[in-house]
Amino acid sequence: MNIVNILEEIEKVDGEIYERISPRRAAMKEFYGFGSKVALAAVPLALGSMFKKAYGQTSSTVLDVLNFALTLEYIEFYFYQTGAASSGLVPSGVHTSAINTILTHEMEHVALLKGAITASGGTPVSFTAANFDYTAKGNFPTVFSSFPTFLAVAQGFEDTGVRAYKGQAGNLISAPGVLKTALQIHSVEARHASHIRQARRTTEGGGLTALTPWITGANDSGVPQLDMTYAGEDNITQAGVDITSLGVSTAAATASFDEPLTKEAVLAIASLFIR
Amino acid sequence: MKNFQPEDQELLHKESGILTASLQRRSFLQYAGAGAAGIALIAAGCKKDNQNTGNSAGVNLGSGDVGILNYAYALEQLEAAFYTAVVQSPYSGISAYELGLLTDIRDHEIAHREFFKKALGASAIIGLTVDFTSINFSVRQNVLATAKAFEDLGVSAYNGAGNLIKSADYLLLAGKIVSVEARHAALIRDLISDGTFADSTVIDLNGLDAARAPKDVLAIAQTYVKTTINGSNLPTATS
Repeated sequence: MNIVNILEEIEKVDGEIYERISPRRAAMKEFYGFGSKVALAAVPLALGSMFKKAYGQTSSTVLDVLNFALTLEYIEFYFYQTGAASSGLVPSGVHTSAINTILTHEMEHVALLKGAITASGGTPVSFTAANFDYTAKGNFPTVFSSFPTFLAVAQGFEDTGVRAYKGQAGNLISAPGVLKTALQIHSVEARHASHIRQARRTTEGGGLTALTPWITGANDSGVPQLDMTYAGEDNITQAGVDITSLGVSTAAATASFDEPLTKEAVLAIASLFIR
Repeated sequence: MKNFQPEDQELLHKESGILTASLQRRSFLQYAGAGAAGIALIAAGCKKDNQNTGNSAGVNLGSGDVGILNYAYALEQLEAAFYTAVVQSPYSGISAYELGLLTDIRDHEIAHREFFKKALGASAIIGLTVDFTSINFSVRQNVLATAKAFEDLGVSAYNGAGNLIKSADYLLLAGKIVSVEARHAALIRDLISDGTFADSTVIDLNGLDAARAPKDVLAIAQTYVKTTINGSNLPTATS
């Protein structure tokens, strides 16, 4: 996230943004002067508090979206954390490094969202690993002992996450800075989903050689328990245009557009994993 | 490729300003193999046997949401042309597996391109003429490096344009496409080196993907496009 850009963009419509944020522009210059690592870490807190001071309370709609997103990030974070800590689950080498990469991102997303909610005057939801049941009430009993099962559940989380963020974008139009950040998380979840799907193709990952990095049709996961995650992904009509009429196959028409899920649909999926 | 309906051809002629002035008869989509000097890229097969080849001809993306949609359309044209060339003349030693994936991606980009063209109707910019002279299509490393650059660029472009869109419907459409681009980006990166799908060269310390402003994206994309793309009327801040 580029805080300087966001402020500059706001300045174009609100010339007094710097004065609203701080009576002394020198203070802002100081803010820019931080080393990049410090500045990045400070962003969620600084951003939230600046907007709150500048424009008053962050709208409850935006805070709701942020807490919804935080809930999903917690589910993913503790999932990968538990998986990474489960002896003998994740094969060494590229699988381990990839799971650690994803785990790190989910941890960063939790921190970012928590910081932004707190700084905006909201109360972040809070979970611990004990709040979650990754067997989904017995549907995935080997989730932390079988790597293929672990990856199947991971695919479900990542593809659900992509759909969840997509479904909330419209609720963030009034908060361009938050929208931008949400989009930047959204595409990271899609990158994760792509890799997890590729990992499931490997022998250790289950050998699902027909699986693609993109969602082809509806539930292409080979796991019937994930039907809810893929409901509607087989849509071929966008803004009234039948994509198959444009010279591409039905498979390509479904895969070339990812579909959103409503908050309710996502929470129904998430609730399977919450004790 | 299929022909577009007469009304689409007619719509092109309704285009105002420099587009009308420079619009000439155009040809069917022409593919070029490795090392070709340029690939005439027409958004859809056109009935008229003619082509806008003028290098000096420019396009103006326009303003507001239409401008952003044209911006996306321009990028999708570039990507579709690239993968069309890749599939037309696969790199040396390509596996059936990789060719299948690259063919899938080509089809997705064509779907995106054709969708934008259809959705924009009379407001759509003309087909851009691309310039792939810097790409060696016969070498895997070169093709995949270019694919990675295009996919990461596309993701950052959509991420940077989302908050410039006023319509929630268009925002959702952009969201539906950007995650597919991100899936492509991750796959291409994993083909280059497994595990690099979201490494620190593209994801920052907050776990965020890149976001680029249109002017920054266009400066990069222009390297591969002969037609001058003018994005000066695009929105730069939400209001």
